[in-house]
Amino acid sequence: MYKYDHFDQSIVDARVAEFRDQVNRRIAGEITEDQFKPLRLMNGLYLQLHAYMLRVAIPYGTLDSRQMRMLAHIARKYDRDYGHFTTRQNIQYNWIKLEECADLLEELATVEMHAIQTSGNCIRNISSDQYAGAAADEVADPRPWAELLRQWSTFHPEFSYLPRKFKIAVIASPEDRAAMRLHDIGLELVRQNGELGARVFVGGGMGRTPMIAPEINPFVKADDLLSYIEACLRVYNRYGRRDNIYKARIKILVHEIGADEYRRQVAEEFAHVKTLGIDPPLAELERISAFFAPPAFDAADVEPDRSDPDFAVWLDQNVKPHKQAGYAIVNISLKPIGGIPGDATSAQIDVMADLAEQYGFDELRVTHAQNIVLPHVAKRDLHAVWQALREAQLADANLDLISDIIACPGLDYCSLANARSIPVAQKIATRFADMDRQRDLGELKLKISGCINACGHHHAGHIGILGVDRKGVENYQLTFGGSGAEDVSIGKIIGPGFDEDGVVDAVEKATEVYKTLREGDERFIDTYRRVGLEPFKEAIYG
Amino acid sequence: MKLLTGNELRSGAVTWWTGSGWSLHVEDAVDVGEHGEAVLHAEEGARRVNAPYIIDAVATPQGPRPAHIKDRVRALGPTVRPDLTLKPADPAAGDWII
Repeated sequence: MYKYDHFDQSIVDARVAEFRDQVNRRIAGEITEDQFKPLRLMNGLYLQLHAYMLRVAIPYGTLDSRQMRMLAHIARKYDRDYGHFTTRQNIQYNWIKLEECADLLEELATVEMHAIQTSGNCIRNISSDQYAGAAADEVADPRPWAELLRQWSTFHPEFSYLPRKFKIAVIASPEDRAAMRLHDIGLELVRQNGELGARVFVGGGMGRTPMIAPEINPFVKADDLLSYIEACLRVYNRYGRRDNIYKARIKILVHEIGADEYRRQVAEEFAHVKTLGIDPPLAELERISAFFAPPAFDAADVEPDRSDPDFAVWLDQNVKPHKQAGYAIVNISLKPIGGIPGDATSAQIDVMADLAEQYGFDELRVTHAQNIVLPHVAKRDLHAVWQALREAQLADANLDLISDIIACPGLDYCSLANARSIPVAQKIATRFADMDRQRDLGELKLKISGCINACGHHHAGHIGILGVDRKGVENYQLTFGGSGAEDVSIGKIIGPGFDEDGVVDAVEKATEVYKTLREGDERFIDTYRRVGLEPFKEAIYG
Repeated sequence: MKLLTGNELRSGAVTWWTGSGWSLHVEDAVDVGEHGEAVLHAEEGARRVNAPYIIDAVATPQGPRPAHIKDRVRALGPTVRPDLTLKPADPAAGDWII
């Protein structure tokens, strides 16, 4: 894992001191809320329905047990004993007091963490593949590149006031586990004739205008990558719309001028940027990469005893192959049946930290699907890990099944939301609580957003649910056919919306249609793509 | 009726104008009628409340009830965590929210 150097630590410490002063001035009345709001947002502090909400950055979703324990400590000391892991691989606290926020950030800084650039029109937390460094199919470890981008984007003077927020994802596998093409910039590391570079996709996103990012460059050499990204941002910063918040994202610019023209402008800008010498020297890349060297794998390749049927189901569903023989990737579901997607108590966060320390080379990852990963666990330890997770009510074996739902906080917490997301997730998970039934349905990615901003990624759900306000009453629209994976697609609205119970019934009917029509090992989305919407619509609307 | 609401500056807690001060309980809220804007501006200056705004509400025997679902959720707390609401011991406390 990357460790802060003196410069990293000093800028974070300085920011905490600066924010403490800003908070004190706000409380003393020396600055108004209008003046204070952009300052607190730059430090990840929102005002939500019930309280201030703090979003803490977890760069590319990677953290160690010391940091994880700090997250538990903060939940216990400054919040209400829990935290909410987000689709940007971050964590949010829902009940933060303004007067305590600087103390919180000061404690966070002691473990090399902060809340900088988790809000505002800047480059947000870089996201990546939660299996980085462990996946057998990766061409390189994406984390050094994500870290390089983190350092480049932190307090970047030119990109601190972009037309709108900006999200970057980096992956290094053909299998996309990070919804890469639904980002403002998506990077897929690839090798061409042995040389490392990246496919660059620009202009994807969800929100009210979902778009899949077109490929702007099929291969940018690793040596040129930072300059090329800088050029992409410069063109956006110059021509992105600032007159209309709904048209300010880069996806609108790329769409309006066209991918070819955007590509041409980036190439022109790149020719200039490349003369500025911003790409790091090899020594710096090697310095960063050294932090991500593989751990000392030494476990024998032994298969775990599958005689306990519950353990065997968990192995089959939540444990994924590791590139190193003798090891496995453990997914910890934060989606208990009837629970709140992404929430974990302080005690559970501590348990996950302990397991990482004891069994996982001290590493944890947060996934964009609001789960936690222990990326390197010896197969001989899987049973012990499972037992500890079960004790902590963290052993739900539902990864990628219908109850592994992404849901935004919705109207229960969020001031932007139009409808509640969490109760719908809870009802659907409860309806499909039977594990045999879930497993029979197979991979089915269900995602719920409580408003058009799409924080719950509903556009990318095999089944998506969008909560809307219909004359003061919650109403839910269904979309089918979305995907955030390598078969990326945007879901389509299937027809009129439903009330809360109605949408649960409609989802159930859709699964029945799928079971009737599926062929071979087709997933829900495969069947939907093959047969189209009509049979589903007929069953749901009669 | 019209209510004035906001969030406490220091804690962020949802709060309601009682006619002479602020309360965490919507039942204590008073109809601000035509005076809402004046109170709002005065209270903004007093630095006790953040982002105050005026909402429509209905008078009931149990007290004022906000007209919009968002403010009803604000009035008690998250519907999915009764233990974190203002009345965690009363399972029926949120029956009027949705």
